[in-house]
Amino acid sequence: MSYLDSVWLLIAIPLVSAGVLLVLGRRADRWGHWLGCASVGVAFVLGLSYFITLRGQDDRSHSVDLYQYMPVGGLKVDVGLLFDPLSAVFVLLITGVGFLIHVYAVGYMAGDGGRRRFFGYFNLFVAAMLLLVLGNNYVMLYVGWEGVGVASYLLIAFWYTRPSAATAGKKAFVMNRVGDAALVIAIFLMFATLGSTQYADVFAGVGRLGEGTLLALGLLLLLGACGKSGQFPLQAWLPDAMEGPTPVSALIHAATMVTAGVYLIARSNPIFNANSTAQTFVVAVGALTLLIGCIIGCAKDDIKRVLAWSTVSQIGYMFLGVGLGGGAYALAIIHLLAHGFFKAGLFLGAGSVMHAMHDQTDIRRFGGLWRYMPITYGTFLVAWLAIIGLPPLSGYFTKEPIIVAAFEREGWTAWLFGWAALLGAAITAFYMTRLFWLTFHGPKRWTDDIEHPHESPPVMTVPLVLLAVGSVAAGGLMVSALSVTDWLTPVLGEHAEREAVMPHGVITALSIVFTVLGGALAWALFRNGTALVEQPAGPVVTAARKNLYTDAFNEAVFEKPGIYLTRALVYLDSKGIDGLVNALAATVGGGSGRLRRLQTGFVRSYATSILTGALLVVAAFLAVNYGWLS
Amino acid sequence: MSDLQLPHINYAALAPMLILFGAACAGILIEAFVPRERRYPVQLGLSLAGVVAAGVAVITQAGTRTITAGGAIAVDGPTVFLQGAILALGLVALLFVGERSLEAGGPFVAQAALIAGSEPDRRQVVRPGATEVYPLMLFAIGGMELFVAANDLLTMFVALEVFSLPLYLMCALARRRRLLSQEAALKYFLLGSYSSGFFLFGIALIYGFAGRVDFAGIHAAALGSDRSNALLYGGLALLSIGLLFKAAAAPFHVWTPDVYQGAPTPVTGFMAACTKVAAFGALLRVLYVAFDRVSWDYRPVLGVVAILTMLVGAVFAVTQTDLKRLLAYSSIANAGYLLVGVLAMSKDGLSSSMFYLVAYGFTVLAAFGTLTLVRDADGEANHLSRWAGLGRRSPVFAAAFTFLLLAFAGIPLTSGFTSKFAVFAAALDDGQTWLVVAGVITSMVLAFPYLRVVVMMWLSEPAESTPTVSIPGVLTSTGLAIGVAATLVLGLVPAPLLDLSTKAAEFVR
Repeated sequence: MSYLDSVWLLIAIPLVSAGVLLVLGRRADRWGHWLGCASVGVAFVLGLSYFITLRGQDDRSHSVDLYQYMPVGGLKVDVGLLFDPLSAVFVLLITGVGFLIHVYAVGYMAGDGGRRRFFGYFNLFVAAMLLLVLGNNYVMLYVGWEGVGVASYLLIAFWYTRPSAATAGKKAFVMNRVGDAALVIAIFLMFATLGSTQYADVFAGVGRLGEGTLLALGLLLLLGACGKSGQFPLQAWLPDAMEGPTPVSALIHAATMVTAGVYLIARSNPIFNANSTAQTFVVAVGALTLLIGCIIGCAKDDIKRVLAWSTVSQIGYMFLGVGLGGGAYALAIIHLLAHGFFKAGLFLGAGSVMHAMHDQTDIRRFGGLWRYMPITYGTFLVAWLAIIGLPPLSGYFTKEPIIVAAFEREGWTAWLFGWAALLGAAITAFYMTRLFWLTFHGPKRWTDDIEHPHESPPVMTVPLVLLAVGSVAAGGLMVSALSVTDWLTPVLGEHAEREAVMPHGVITALSIVFTVLGGALAWALFRNGTALVEQPAGPVVTAARKNLYTDAFNEAVFEKPGIYLTRALVYLDSKGIDGLVNALAATVGGGSGRLRRLQTGFVRSYATSILTGALLVVAAFLAVNYGWLS
Repeated sequence: MSDLQLPHINYAALAPMLILFGAACAGILIEAFVPRERRYPVQLGLSLAGVVAAGVAVITQAGTRTITAGGAIAVDGPTVFLQGAILALGLVALLFVGERSLEAGGPFVAQAALIAGSEPDRRQVVRPGATEVYPLMLFAIGGMELFVAANDLLTMFVALEVFSLPLYLMCALARRRRLLSQEAALKYFLLGSYSSGFFLFGIALIYGFAGRVDFAGIHAAALGSDRSNALLYGGLALLSIGLLFKAAAAPFHVWTPDVYQGAPTPVTGFMAACTKVAAFGALLRVLYVAFDRVSWDYRPVLGVVAILTMLVGAVFAVTQTDLKRLLAYSSIANAGYLLVGVLAMSKDGLSSSMFYLVAYGFTVLAAFGTLTLVRDADGEANHLSRWAGLGRRSPVFAAAFTFLLLAFAGIPLTSGFTSKFAVFAAALDDGQTWLVVAGVITSMVLAFPYLRVVVMMWLSEPAESTPTVSIPGVLTSTGLAIGVAATLVLGLVPAPLLDLSTKAAEFVR
């Protein structure tokens, strides 16, 4: 019996807490939120102890099979957990940042009658997310995957008095279904070709798979990852999901759930390593999304939407990293962890601002807030510098290596993806500076009689400060003192030094210069505030305001044909077969003018349809018999 | 003249059916001799006791592998498993049928001509009668038991009629929305007889081919017969049409939405759960025992039927606005998923299909059970728009229904996920990749109509006319609790039942 055998407690504790909160109902209203926080806090401490245990072991991977889940013939699926370096860092991120956000939510949701229910869903989410990263096979991953999905729809729709929240929940559901379908098919494909869904068996069997199968597997997993992580072409749901309460945006749509796609690809690294075409697709999706995200981010005026598009863009960097393969896997994971801190800090800071400003989210109506909320200002400042990647804050240590790695690709793609990453860094600096300046500096653009800005209570500011500390220190620490890259080596493989097309020093210098230029430009443009209403703009800005027409594209390509197809089929069902038979009869009978549209519901039309089906089935059987088909 | 040999009859193996038919006959006598006021408790008690006793009799047959009654009936693993499933699901359905606290006088009526709201109709409130449904239901359950045990085509046909005729009648018994109910019953009856015709003609052709109607004989004849193969394939085609009609597979599904909508809701639940078990049980036996040697020939055809069924169910469910019709199309789609399992043509296919039948049965029973609770002055309110904002008025009820819908959508940790996973895995193991891809995609599409109901319940403003959720009586509460619990347990720990179905998955020939 190893101490790590009890790793299932990590999932069980928040799950039990969620059950208690949801089952007890109003009786738990008074203390429910503290139970919610405590369960995640305990899980964090426990996770830390497992982490230390694992560090002390030679074999840095521990697998526990709890019980047999589904014995279906050749496929044995177990409820099994795997605690290894990769899942360990995710556990710490989810429970650590999750705990801070839970504490913050106690203050943020204080005035909300449904706070207990909110914490119930929140704990449910944490449990599902932990299952996702702790499972030792793809089915467990999928169970967690759907679990976080369900919990996040519940949380987006939490404020269900708003119709927009309902629509957003629906959009998230639709987009995620596409990704989920791809993931399920990928899992069945593994089972069909390798006879197992256990990570160990699948990765051991990668060598036996053909090129085509590997590519299909890689692309399906990528599509699944895109759905969850809001990557092109399934990115549209993420910004809309900001309708939920701000702590939800921070926990689910910034720090944890949306990074599940990165986890999926990093976990499946043997599959992607074996097929460079699939890897190129990942890189391309990452590069494209990071540009789309930051360009749209420049044109948004809603503080949470800017941050949402910034999340899309930052996850684009992570996809770029995991797509580059080799040592870049670890870089992407480190960026993911650092991003968890500073993006959670940014979202919670935004929540604090909204708290102070009567739920106003329009940055054009902020300005000069630094005077009124110094702690929020200070933490936001740190997180802002961290995300744009200025040294020595954490974003610099984690983003810059990914840019360098992009330049290390072979051939012309190094230039393409490298410059995309560099350009992205510049634009990131631009929109984040714009956001920061319009919110906290410049002339005030709000009115005293409506809004009375004030600092938030300590229960909200303490988590902010802790996250700010993380934003300063995490990146540098992880790269140097903690050497997370080496820690992840058993899972993700060795880091191989490669030649970049430009010297490393030049790339680093360029990225700093670009960042400063982007930030300076934004400062120059917005230091005196901005107009309160949307101004007419050129085609580029208009396109960015309209999300680069990606929504229109989705609607035209996916939604409309789907709707028309359904309508056509329903029409066929109600009119078609009967109409066809009548038309035949009318034609044969010499054009009797009694061709009527018959409503469905008549037994005769049902009988006709059955007869038609029967004739077809019999004909098909006879065709098989006489070999007409072969 | 040689002596007539009486066939040996294993009464223990036949006990479940004998008990049910006996109880049903006793029920008819009760109708005749027990005073109207006392009929309801007596009939309900007798039915429940009959089903439980039959269940005990089934359990004692675990492990039996025998062919008895002159080769007419086979009692083997699948028979025992499916009979047990039908009885367990039938028991829950009986709880919903027996509920009388939701509506004074109960949801059923005895005479079709009785006008709603008339003096005799009001009298039913004071002097509750209308207990004909119980013997009918016992006959139906008994017929289904016989249907899954039938070892030759004629017995199977007799069983088909034995359980179909009571079902036609039960569809017509609704006290509210009487015309809709009677129309549904008539449609079901006409189309049912129509499809029985196909079935019977199929038997004739098969007999022409094999010279026998028992499954072992057909199996032997399929290896080589001096008759034309056209008889075999034509016969099999017509036979499967008859069975696919009962299973509600496209394009023989057309009756389903109308009948499901019109029939009294407890009866609809019974049909959706138990008829499905019976129809697929028979289909499995016919395909696996009699026609397994020609499986390579019929698989592509039935594969197309399966894909069509899944597509029709999923796509048409999207536009439904009536919850009973929505569940009807969902039941059609589920017939498609079951066909995927059936067509795996392996031990796993058999066991996973049987698992699916049980898992789906409990979920669908609980779903129709919840429909009986949402009512207004006119009876049940099944239109989707009427459910707006129900989550805020009755959160517990809406949460349970949401859970059931998630199960239908195949979300993990519900039986909907494990059962779909099991049949898809079995089909994949057998190389039926395209069926599985179609299954996964349609099940994703099918998630939307369910989501619409969830959105309607939780995220819409309650309208003035939003109906209330009645407080369920003991019977309905028990039924709902069993259904929801089974959905959860089979989602969390499906292994025991899967093991059981795997152990049972061997036909006797």
